[in-house]
Amino acid sequence: MFDNLSDRLDGAFKSLTGQRTITEINIASAVKEIRRALVAADVNYKIAKDFTDRVKEKALGTENVLKSVSPGQLMTKIVQDELTALMGGQSVGINVKGKPGVVLIAGLQGSGKTTFTGKLAKYLKEKKSMKPLVVACDVYRPAAINQLTVLAEQIGVAIYKDEELKDPVTIAQNAIAHAKANSHDVVIVDTAGRLAVDEEMMNEIEAIKNGINPTEALFVVDSMTGQDAVNTAKAFNERINYDGVVLTKLDGDTRGGAALSIRFTVGKPIKFISTGEKLEQLDIFYPDRMASRILGMGDVISLVERAQQQFDEKEAKELERKIKKNKFDFNDFLKQLDQIKRMGNIKQLVGMIPGMSKAIKDIDIDDDAFNKVEAIVQSMTLEERGNPGLLDASRKRRIAYGSGNTIAEVNQFLKQFDQMRKMMHMMSKGNMPGMPGMPNARRGGRRR
Amino acid sequence: MSFFDKYFKREKKQDLDKGLEKTKTNFFGQIQRAVAGKNSVDDEVLDELEQALISSDVGLDTTVKIIERLEARVAKDKYVNTNELHSIMRSIIVELLTENKTPEYDGFELVTEHKPHIILVVGVNGVGKTTTIGKLAHQYQLQGKKVILGAGDTFRAAAVDQLKIWSERVGCDFYSKGMNTDPAAVAYETAEKAVKEEYDIAIIDTAGRLHNKLGLMRELEKIKRSIGKNEETAPHEVILVLDASTGQNAIEQCKAFLEATQVTGLALTKLDGTAKGGVVLGISDQFKIPIKFIGVGEEIDKLQVFNKTAFVESLFQGSTLV
Repeated sequence: MFDNLSDRLDGAFKSLTGQRTITEINIASAVKEIRRALVAADVNYKIAKDFTDRVKEKALGTENVLKSVSPGQLMTKIVQDELTALMGGQSVGINVKGKPGVVLIAGLQGSGKTTFTGKLAKYLKEKKSMKPLVVACDVYRPAAINQLTVLAEQIGVAIYKDEELKDPVTIAQNAIAHAKANSHDVVIVDTAGRLAVDEEMMNEIEAIKNGINPTEALFVVDSMTGQDAVNTAKAFNERINYDGVVLTKLDGDTRGGAALSIRFTVGKPIKFISTGEKLEQLDIFYPDRMASRILGMGDVISLVERAQQQFDEKEAKELERKIKKNKFDFNDFLKQLDQIKRMGNIKQLVGMIPGMSKAIKDIDIDDDAFNKVEAIVQSMTLEERGNPGLLDASRKRRIAYGSGNTIAEVNQFLKQFDQMRKMMHMMSKGNMPGMPGMPNARRGGRRR
Repeated sequence: MSFFDKYFKREKKQDLDKGLEKTKTNFFGQIQRAVAGKNSVDDEVLDELEQALISSDVGLDTTVKIIERLEARVAKDKYVNTNELHSIMRSIIVELLTENKTPEYDGFELVTEHKPHIILVVGVNGVGKTTTIGKLAHQYQLQGKKVILGAGDTFRAAAVDQLKIWSERVGCDFYSKGMNTDPAAVAYETAEKAVKEEYDIAIIDTAGRLHNKLGLMRELEKIKRSIGKNEETAPHEVILVLDASTGQNAIEQCKAFLEATQVTGLALTKLDGTAKGGVVLGISDQFKIPIKFIGVGEEIDKLQVFNKTAFVESLFQGSTLV
């Protein structure tokens, strides 16, 4: 995908070697790099320009007191802080107070409104112990009502629909009356997808909003949207003055610059993000993470969280103990491999680590890459797996034969395993070999 | 104009013009402001032009390419009058569209020796795959072809129903194994039925999937293979559906789907809803796969065969600079 912004900025400053501070002169190319990075992430061009002007002003006013920090790093920090601030500082919740609370869902075709309606209903039911009623107001798209019916069934919430009536305003109003009569405390109104340029349909959504007076109107938008996000967000805002934005399909590899464009243009908070096809894959929006994502800085927090979800704490403790004692063996290795695999696509995972997305840009990391080493380990006896020291020439030959590899390949893997073991042992003692910015980095890593 | 009429009926042309209207006003409006009060194309004009291209979703790489070509032109001729910019831009855009030598399509007539001609439709979630299939089936049905649709999206709630309603609307046949069934089996059996019962065309729908989900992309490979088990040459076409309002991610989508299923053509939907038709240029420049269809409206007949000549004509017609 794209280069890490920090690397690009360092590159931009490198043209003026020896310069340790940001000046009016050397900032020009950096500003251009930032703008390009933002535009490549689908941030609206004009907004990217306004934003970089702000960053420039701030950067020139910041004195670089830390000698160890490069201008590129400092600049990146400023960019990220500004971006986070712009994305809304902290997350904002949804307002479902009222008798009943009414949530209106609006957006373009294919942005994921109906799926979000289902997810929100599930969230309110399970996390907020509410009794939601979902309402099918998309009377146009074939089977849209069926879709919501199926979703409602899956999550066990009630649905209000009227397949005879073709007027979404009346349907929505009837639904609210129905909700009152049946003690539902929140109503979620799903509407048809519409283009911002479709006058008639935009009139309709306005009429629905005026007809039901929702406590919360949400604009659902595909995170992959390009430069047009600004126009669309503005057009919907003018009509229904929504309270918040929902970003969908963030489990894709888009950088999601549209989020910044929308936030900048209409100033409305992003309230939810949707990260998968399963109905529980709905998250609260974290501005700082989104800022990192747009900048291509890696999403370390998400990576850690994902790892945590898959990680067994007891196993982790045991592993830590083993590493400290330098007892990490092939059984642990297999377990680790399995855990990594369970976390998902390797390339995507590695890409979440800052700096790595650039390093692996052109490398085709396949999940099959692990098959070979897995085969080697699995060709070992249980005894060998627990005692890596046991492996002699004869055993290696057998393993090579059993796993369909050459002896050289087995040797290469064993060597790598040995290095890895050493490195982990060292890391467990607090020395991080080869990691930049750590005090002992050089000594720890290169000593041999 | 006469050249143009040969390719396009007036009605279709109006749809296209309307579909591109927003892109046009947006793009030329910006260029116009850039050159206002200027005589020659200087750096400032080029900068503004870069902005106009990028904010039309042309994409960074293709934009840089266009600007470089323009610069080369300016350097060669020493002085380029802003009056000439319009025609130069036009020739550069024609160049970009034709360089990759993708075929030019004139109508929905299929050039195929295969019967049945089997089409697999793929894409990310919400781009309009099912709708595109409905519209496409309508076109083939109008030609008197015997068409069958295969409901391969067995995942998204009510996707099967959606395709079924389309088949009823269009008046063609429909094959399904219901929801939550194996999509590869649906694809296989649709193809089998199409062969046995001598259909002219079979179009197989698939569930939307994000291109970075390896497991789902593998599933797609399997679906494709299962079609080939009935008829070695099938699928004869793999159509990737892209949403025209998608930004730079469209390029990533193209790459991933191309790798998994050897896409033969693209369908660009919702072109009427965006001011950013520039994605047409970006994709034509970066991929050797032709854009085959464009969606320019919601009605059943608002799917068009993409014609480069018509596109350029529509984009530049009536727009002037200075």
